Amino acid sequence: MATTNVVRDEYSELVDLEHSHDHEHGQFIAHHFHSAEQQFDSGKLGIWLFLVTEVLFFGGLFVAYIIYRYNRPDVFIDAHHHLDTLLGGLNTIVLLFSSLTMAWGVRAAQLGDNRTTAISVLATMVCAALFLGVKAVEYSHKWDLGLLPGNLFSYDPLAKHDHALISNYLVMLCVPFGVLLLGFLLGAILNLNTGKKLIGQFYGGMAITMLGYFAGVGVGVLWMATMTPKHDSHDDHHAAVVVAADAVRPVVFSADDAAPKVETAVVDGAAAAEAPAGSTAPLDKSLGVFFSIYYCMTGLHAVHIIAGIAALAWIFYRSLAAQWRPDYFGPVDFVGLYWHLVDLIWIYLFPLMYLIR
Amino acid sequence: MAQHATTTHAASDDHGHGHGEHFAHPAPVWVLLGTFGALIFLTILTVFIADNVELGSFELLVSMGIATVKAVLVGAFFMHMFWDKGFNVLVFLSSLLFFALFIGFALMDSYETLPNVSDYYKR
Amino acid sequence: MATVTQKQQLFGHAPTNHYLDASRGVMSWIFTLDHKRIAIMYMYGVILSLFLAGIFALVLRLELYTPGPWFLTSAQYNQMFTLHGAVMVFLFIIPSIPAIIGNFVLPMMLGAKDVAFPRLNLASLWLYWAGGFFFIVVLATSGLDTGWTFYTPYSTTTSTNVIAATLGAFILGFSSIFTGLNFIVTINTMRPKGMTWFRMPLLLWGLYSTSIIQVLATPVLGITLLLLIVERLLKLGIFDPAYGGDPLLYQHFFWFYSHPAVYIMILPAMGVISEMLGVHCRKEVFGYKFIALSSVAIALLGFLVWGHHMFTSGQSEMASLVFSAITFSVAVPSAIKVFNWLCTMYRGDINLSTPMMYIMSFIFLFGIGGLTGLWLGALSTDIPLHDTYFVVAHFHYVMVGGTMTSLLGGLFHWWPKMSGRMYNEPLGKLFCLLVFIGFNLTFFPQFIMGSLGMPRRYHEYQAVYQIYHQLSTIGAFTLGIGIFGAVMTLVYAWFFGRKASGNPWGAATLEWQSSSPPSFHNFEHRVIVSAPYDFSSVVYDESVDGYVPVVPKREAAPAPQPTPAPVSN
Ligand code: HEM
Ligand SMILES: [Cu+2]
Repeated sequence: MATTNVVRDEYSELVDLEHSHDHEHGQFIAHHFHSAEQQFDSGKLGIWLFLVTEVLFFGGLFVAYIIYRYNRPDVFIDAHHHLDTLLGGLNTIVLLFSSLTMAWGVRAAQLGDNRTTAISVLATMVCAALFLGVKAVEYSHKWDLGLLPGNLFSYDPLAKHDHALISNYLVMLCVPFGVLLLGFLLGAILNLNTGKKLIGQFYGGMAITMLGYFAGVGVGVLWMATMTPKHDSHDDHHAAVVVAADAVRPVVFSADDAAPKVETAVVDGAAAAEAPAGSTAPLDKSLGVFFSIYYCMTGLHAVHIIAGIAALAWIFYRSLAAQWRPDYFGPVDFVGLYWHLVDLIWIYLFPLMYLIR
Repeated sequence: MAQHATTTHAASDDHGHGHGEHFAHPAPVWVLLGTFGALIFLTILTVFIADNVELGSFELLVSMGIATVKAVLVGAFFMHMFWDKGFNVLVFLSSLLFFALFIGFALMDSYETLPNVSDYYKR
Repeated sequence: MATVTQKQQLFGHAPTNHYLDASRGVMSWIFTLDHKRIAIMYMYGVILSLFLAGIFALVLRLELYTPGPWFLTSAQYNQMFTLHGAVMVFLFIIPSIPAIIGNFVLPMMLGAKDVAFPRLNLASLWLYWAGGFFFIVVLATSGLDTGWTFYTPYSTTTSTNVIAATLGAFILGFSSIFTGLNFIVTINTMRPKGMTWFRMPLLLWGLYSTSIIQVLATPVLGITLLLLIVERLLKLGIFDPAYGGDPLLYQHFFWFYSHPAVYIMILPAMGVISEMLGVHCRKEVFGYKFIALSSVAIALLGFLVWGHHMFTSGQSEMASLVFSAITFSVAVPSAIKVFNWLCTMYRGDINLSTPMMYIMSFIFLFGIGGLTGLWLGALSTDIPLHDTYFVVAHFHYVMVGGTMTSLLGGLFHWWPKMSGRMYNEPLGKLFCLLVFIGFNLTFFPQFIMGSLGMPRRYHEYQAVYQIYHQLSTIGAFTLGIGIFGAVMTLVYAWFFGRKASGNPWGAATLEWQSSSPPSFHNFEHRVIVSAPYDFSSVVYDESVDGYVPVVPKREAAPAPQPTPAPVSN
């Protein structure tokens, strides 16, 4: 009898203590965590693990890159004539700067300085959009020339390339951003006029971000414009390509050794049909594999930039709403880590793509 | 063994509430600016080397080396790995280890089979 | 008296106010953040997939009853085995144990209210549904005939719906990644005070190792399938030799994920077995540290052997040699586990319950499956055995005999917790026996015909193999009845079973310190952490008709009683 009494009291004590620490929970701590620090540590480990998955996700593409570069060095060397080091370098610096502003924003959030966080995050987003703008110019220029992935590759070094400065592809790539720009502008004006300061400022920031994209497009187009006349008058750039292509043509893997045999075996008809009518030698598509890898890697990277902008927009909004404090800044830190990873990947992509000599 | 038994409320007491500031480690401004400066310098350096220095087969090695230095800078200071928990750093670095495994074996196989493949196509 | 009722509420059967009736309506399930409900919803999907793919399997076996074509065309046959494999792998076996048992039990074993990221957990579930949807699209359109491995160049040229299937598998991959990520973080940051790494239940070690693989390997599957999709759409020339690609590279990509993936399938199963074994033998698990660390070892070594699937694919001799050698090393930690299980059973107080029967059949079947893996890992024997029924038998012994057996055992073991009801013991045992017999009858003949040279994935075969195929077909239907019966036993118990108390087995891990079914917050009291297999930390209590934890004396701070009588230690 005495035993049961003891046991009974001990069990009720278990329950009483449970209730006593429930109300200590701060507002921003999810119910299943004990403390702000536990919540932060969980989020931090979670984002690191996510970055691990990202590294391996991109890792597959790096493996493809390395295997093909190893197997066909000639194709990769040939390829560098088609990539503009200056634009790539500019984008590298833009991303590095965005990493700086991001780190700055995290620091400010850790200190509880929401205003600085908002400005830094905005700067980061503008850089991200600028990066995309430059990328859009690069992409559309290549599409005009037929520098397309794999079997779609239709670049003929001997053909004359008189492409428009602002290509149709570029316009297409600008449309969604233009629509977003107008929408955000409208939202900003309407909300600020009706006194909804928070959301108005948010829309305003997003509109500035979209302007960043067009700034990128502008810089890219201007640079292309300064390049193009040089091409046409001296023809040095293209001449180099022609020489390279000619020199390589007889020995290029796919032009001579590998592909013809496979192609005759498998896609005989298709290969013949796709060779441009009139030209004697079949079009050398071996560069296509390089561009397959190029588009996969930079494309996936660009998708990550876009996702990054979305995540940053969320952080931007919450900064405007002044939600960060020294014991609660996790989301800024986590999105920041993601953003730095996107930068890290570009740090490797840049030399691998643009600096092959 | 039962005497080792404890209850979870000890955990919640130990973690404590409200004095969580100690887990924020704001990076000093000079570190951030210094890192950025170094990154820009290295970017210019790597472009300069690519355009002006004839390195032959070492080219890839050098440019990857510079990229790695940049990556370490970003990781250590922008990503706070320098101040972060050892476990988190370990987690992230493990991804590189497994990537290395992947590329290592795949490249080894590719290296070994390349002659066979070329022979096959020559036949 | 009030306190006795309280004890019943805390540790007994909870007639109301538990997670199942905490809120009502379909929406309260679809948008729930409760890990227990998410587990239950996963269970519907996983069991449904098992039945769907099981029907494909029975169709295949029926067709193979005769050497010539019977009621399927060869094209239909190809579709059947592909869909069977793909649905089983991606929708059934990979999610199965982590998503059902892991989701339900893991936070409770930590005495926590939920996993670290409940929203992410729900996102995993939704991704699982989305992935399943794509497989339904595949079924409704031109199907799939590439085999579950999607080898190029066939997968880039066939006219079946490869894109929908790979997109589905891609999405399911992310579901799997998020579950793994969630589990790692939960185990790392939410262990209660007093539960050090080596006082963690062994299931958690199994799930932790699994999660490591999910996080490290599954992204590579993601990129592989993405590249495959783009390859098909744009003729990239990365995998397709017609455009200068390298099909061997595809196999490297695929197996870099898929060999570790077989450990995603087996490690949680091993964890479930280790966990249940101690309880049903009422004996501290032998070699706890070895079982725990061998899980991690398997997870890491599993990344070094993928080339053993490519011995005959044109992989270089050098790579084959290295991969073959490392393959043998994986067998070591697997064997360590088996021996430790046997030692746990030795002189244990074995309670021959249904879960225990599943445990024993697991050990037997996994033993055969694992050992035949070594035959296949040895270069010289794999050359003739590759792509024969021997391989088919091997992986069914590990996947069905291993993972599925352990899933069923685990469901029986945790069913009282999940549903609050006991299943019918004789029926449970009967169907376990049927599963065991049916399984061996199906797959043992496949070892024999495989070693006699019967190739896998063939629609027609020579008459000499017919007897083995017939045995196999008969076995398959027996197995089908067994599985169906086992599931029905559980379903029946859910509605009509005897009410279960919080801890009917007398297990010492924390999830059993809740009522059955648990409340929305899992525990209505502080949990008492003791060693996971210290069965003296629970005592039988008549008032709840089950076991209750012993409250450690020193914690009962201001003891009003002068001399508290010790509760047996
Ligand atoms: C214990 C150590 C194991 C070893 C040494 C091993 C070895 C092998 C080898 C060498 C092959 C390739 C056979 C061939 O295609 O010629 C193979 C195939 C396979 N194994 Fe294992 N295995 C082991 C455990 C497992 C486990 C635990 C699972 C799953 C739960 C598993 C699932 C598979 C599957 C699905 C295949 C066939 C893949 C396919 O081609 O469709 N194995 N195994
Ligand atoms: Cu394997």
